[in-house]
Amino acid sequence: MTTSTTENTAPVVLEVDGLKTYFETRWGTVKAVDGVSFNLRRGETLGIVGESGSGKSVTMLSLMRLIPEPPGRIVDGQILLEGQDLVQMNDKEMSEIRGSQIALIIQDPMTSLNPVFSIGNQVGEAIKIHQDIPKRTVVQQVLNVLRKVNIPAAETRVRDYPHQMSGGMRQRVVGAIGISCEPIVLIADEPTTSLDVTIQAQYLKLLKELQEASNIGLIFITHDFGIVAKMCDRVAVMYAGRIVEMGDVRDIFNHPSHPYTEALLASVPKLEEDVDRLYSIEGQPPTLHDLPTGCPFAPRCQYVMDKCLETYPLQFDVTDSHYAACWRLE
Amino acid sequence: MQRYLLRRILLAMVTLLAVSLIIFVMSRAAGDPRHVYLDDYSTQEDWDRLTATLGLDKPYYQQYGIFLGSALRGDFGQSIKEGRPSMEVIVERIPATLQLGLAAFAFSVIVGVPLGILSAVKRGSFLDMAGKVVALVGQSAPVFWLGLMLVFLFAVRWNDWFGDSLVPPYGRQEISSIILPAVTLGWFYAAANLRLLRSAMLNVLDSEYVKLARAKGVSNNIVIWKHSLRNALIPVLTFAGITLGSLVTGSLVVETVFAWPGLGQLAIQALAGNDYPLLQAVVIVFTLMYVAAALSVDIMYAYIDPRIRYS
Amino acid sequence: MAADATLVVQQPAVPARIARKLWQFRRWPLIPMFFLVLFVFTGIFAPLIAPHDPERGGLRDRNLPPAWEEGGSSEFLLGTDHLGRDMLSRVIFGARISLAVAGVTLGVGMVIGVASGLIAGWYGGWLDEFLMRIVDIKLAIPTILLALVLVLALGQSFLIIVAILAIAVWPRFARNVRGEVLQLKTMDFVALAKVAGASTPRILFIHIFPGVINTLIVLATLEVGIVILLESTLSFLGAGVPPPTPAWGSMVSDGRDRLAVAWWISTMPGLAIMLVVLSMNLFGDWLRDRLDPRLRQLN
Repeated sequence: MTTSTTENTAPVVLEVDGLKTYFETRWGTVKAVDGVSFNLRRGETLGIVGESGSGKSVTMLSLMRLIPEPPGRIVDGQILLEGQDLVQMNDKEMSEIRGSQIALIIQDPMTSLNPVFSIGNQVGEAIKIHQDIPKRTVVQQVLNVLRKVNIPAAETRVRDYPHQMSGGMRQRVVGAIGISCEPIVLIADEPTTSLDVTIQAQYLKLLKELQEASNIGLIFITHDFGIVAKMCDRVAVMYAGRIVEMGDVRDIFNHPSHPYTEALLASVPKLEEDVDRLYSIEGQPPTLHDLPTGCPFAPRCQYVMDKCLETYPLQFDVTDSHYAACWRLE
Repeated sequence: MQRYLLRRILLAMVTLLAVSLIIFVMSRAAGDPRHVYLDDYSTQEDWDRLTATLGLDKPYYQQYGIFLGSALRGDFGQSIKEGRPSMEVIVERIPATLQLGLAAFAFSVIVGVPLGILSAVKRGSFLDMAGKVVALVGQSAPVFWLGLMLVFLFAVRWNDWFGDSLVPPYGRQEISSIILPAVTLGWFYAAANLRLLRSAMLNVLDSEYVKLARAKGVSNNIVIWKHSLRNALIPVLTFAGITLGSLVTGSLVVETVFAWPGLGQLAIQALAGNDYPLLQAVVIVFTLMYVAAALSVDIMYAYIDPRIRYS
Repeated sequence: MAADATLVVQQPAVPARIARKLWQFRRWPLIPMFFLVLFVFTGIFAPLIAPHDPERGGLRDRNLPPAWEEGGSSEFLLGTDHLGRDMLSRVIFGARISLAVAGVTLGVGMVIGVASGLIAGWYGGWLDEFLMRIVDIKLAIPTILLALVLVLALGQSFLIIVAILAIAVWPRFARNVRGEVLQLKTMDFVALAKVAGASTPRILFIHIFPGVINTLIVLATLEVGIVILLESTLSFLGAGVPPPTPAWGSMVSDGRDRLAVAWWISTMPGLAIMLVVLSMNLFGDWLRDRLDPRLRQLN
């Protein structure tokens, strides 16, 4: 677990307020993200956790303004990156910010590199777009970045194509693309799911080092609480398009206050315990086009009360920096 | 890469060999090949000379050897109809066929590729619908009928507007003569390109690497024309390699419909005139052209897809 | 809450039920299916449906336009050709030729293709290599050229046309079946059958073959269109089923030089070909999406 500063006083770089992203589909409006608010400080790591379909990936795409339109649309809210609202920007302004100030590291290293371009080409592209520098310097910068992510023999590797590299190496290249223009905010979307455990650990360590070296605000999107424990300072737990609980990692692990968080934590197998039964959450996540009134987790919740079925729970503070949306805290 | 190319070249050669074997077997299966060249007025001397040239007194495998030997020298015997060497007749016709083939190819690329890309990028739009109609007609209408319908519309129905010289329906006298045959021949290909490119583009635009490219701040146009198109062209090229044959087939039909004086028309004339020596030469030359085209597609394929180049 | 009220589910009224039933078919390619049924039906019952003898005409009735055009008569709905033969009857009988050629060709081609695909996929090794190279070579030779050589050498007949077209279609079946077999081979139920002592033919036909049927159906529907187009092209070029049998392709060819005086002679049979092939393609696409989405790359 990180020994991070519990009291982070660094300036806020990203402030998301009331973000709503809806999709128009044949079956009706899907409220994939429905009123999400959080902020991120410089040098801080925020984990966003949830099952697939909880809205964490759409949140990430909204922050990058990469929602496919149509059918998707950011209908409400603000995304303030150092004070400028990304929601209000036009395409041209946004593509200047994408990759340079806010960057992305994608889920699957096997499919996230373009098979027909060389590594050097793909890493250099972001640099060329965002920085007005001569070609020679671009090559130099590419090599620097590749060395930063510990790619051995970077000079020869730049000419390689993705299919000539191992999964771990490709993931590092994706990471290199992410940090190539020294962004303020870096979003990592389950960057290690398809890697094996040792390579995963190495990569996470590298990511942490890079973040600390350049004081980047890092958003870590995952469904794995084990990784959250290793990487993050704060966690937001998402369910059905909303944040149901948010707080410091230790608070969440020690006092999970939303039944969903509790269930997620219980489903993480722990080595020191005797694993004769794996915990799993009963039932399916709700379909987002047909949400019940009241708390969307209610049908799967073991503590369900009448009130839960009627009104969506308010946010209740557990501590100063820890809140959850559950009527049990009332 | 070298192994890949070697394999392709080998396949091309075996294909040519197979075609020559079929032609040889068929020339013997049809009965005494001497009857093709000689008639009742020929002298015994003529018969004997031909027996010696074709090696008819030798076993079949030696006859095939003789046939192959003269084929390699470009000697396919005298055309019956024309009374001169088949190869000579063919060489005169090659430019017209190449010209038509290239024009049709250009048409299919100019229409099929942009329409395929745009109908993927603007899915469900009017353009997408129009593309669908072009593709459906192109893949379902027989080429010969399409050609005749174009002749009917432009030369008969709308003759008042277009006149005879704007889009002449027959022959190869004027530059504009090529318009109708090229459109007819290229349509099927345009339709195929369109369909393939559309579905390939949809796949690619949905891919993680395009998402990452956008996340890098690459503008929409560059995402489409640089990152996506090159990947989407891979299945299109595969298709081109497999079905270049339909361009050959098509040129037989189109040249017949439009009286275009190329190899295709020659083949049909040879068929109608029972001119086997001429037909066999045309078929060999056509196969050669086809195999060469397929080979160049394979090389282009390797150039676009590094996964082939380096394995 | 409202839960109690919704417990009583109201039976919808009869018209609504019918509407709902019909609604289920909204994604079915009904129009293409209608044309295909029509095609098969007219093909089989041509002599009963056709109003006239397709091969006999009267010189007085030459080049009559279709009924809706000026000068047309209701006796000849689609007009007559240059020999005074009824176009409608000829188109109807043409369906018969196309249907017969497509049916027999596909049957023969499929049997050869499936057999060699099964053998290549199951035994592998040199046999597989050999068969697949033959497939490669066949796919590299344009069918029409081959057809011209064979027709000129051996003469025109129904049998030769079928043979040529069967040669043209089997490689695709062989290649796809082989691919399927390679996958099915590694499945547990095949291993179990082997352990249980089933003979190779038994495994191939009882255990493997059912697994490739979906692919076969989809492939066959997509190939029908190709076969019909090839057959009509051969007929048009004068290398098809010999005249006076009314094949659609040769009928189009009949009208070639008469476009200015009697456009319908070429137009009607061509329209018939296009309609059948179009319907087949649309139906095949739909079938593929339903049965075997993996084949999407095909065609």
